[in-house]
Amino acid sequence: MELKTKVHAEDGKNELTITREFDLPVELLFTAHAEPELFEQWMSHEYGTTKVLKFEAKKHGGWQFHTVDAEGNVLFGANGTFHDFVPNSKITRTFETDDSAYSVQLEFMEFESLSDDKSKLTIHSIFRSAELRDELLKLPFAFGLSMAHDRLQEIVGKLRKT
Amino acid sequence: MDLRRDVFQAIADPTRRAILVLVASQAMTAGAIAANFETARPTVSKHLQILSECELLKHEQKGREIYYQLNPKKMKEIADFIEPFRKMWDDRFNKLEAVMKKYKTGK
Repeated sequence: MELKTKVHAEDGKNELTITREFDLPVELLFTAHAEPELFEQWMSHEYGTTKVLKFEAKKHGGWQFHTVDAEGNVLFGANGTFHDFVPNSKITRTFETDDSAYSVQLEFMEFESLSDDKSKLTIHSIFRSAELRDELLKLPFAFGLSMAHDRLQEIVGKLRKT
Repeated sequence: MDLRRDVFQAIADPTRRAILVLVASQAMTAGAIAANFETARPTVSKHLQILSECELLKHEQKGREIYYQLNPKKMKEIADFIEPFRKMWDDRFNKLEAVMKKYKTGK
């Protein structure tokens, strides 16, 4: 099946672009990013529950969330600062993982209305180096490989997932 | 991990990417490949060695000459490496869409 999400990552560049069209009005698409309890819902998955710890939706406001597994172990955590928070239009923020292994990145999120019930999100991420970008791109790839391995052993609980 | 054996490190170098493009259409000797670059022959040999070590190139002995050619199976692996990342975001956004449709009707 064709994925609706596009990822553009040119070789050797320290940036990547993610685009996706939604069957949602732009207001709802933005609300999904602006209301912590909604963000927690769509960022949670079968391996962990996402909890927003800090959410100051304004210029220079801070944000932080983490994802914990059923036993309460933190699987993934990230934090940053908003630089622009313009309803139904754009969010510009820094993004850093809590363990700081991947350095901070800069994200430009643009929300566009395509029609009354269709909208588009473009995330443009800029990394410190092309190598760091590739490391991040490879995370789910590496995770997928270890998942396949661990499913055999039936221990899924303590894996990291972004 | 030995960086030299990492395919992603291997394709990060522009000369090595150019070599892959060259041998994609036909098998070539090291001499014929080197003739396309201004860099010294030993430098090109080093690149060929790195590409061979991470299995992006296959080589075949024909008489006294060694011919290099692309290993399409390994190239496919690279083309696919971004897919799990795309899939992760697609799953996430599908969920966003479902959550927000429910939210809309619940209001």
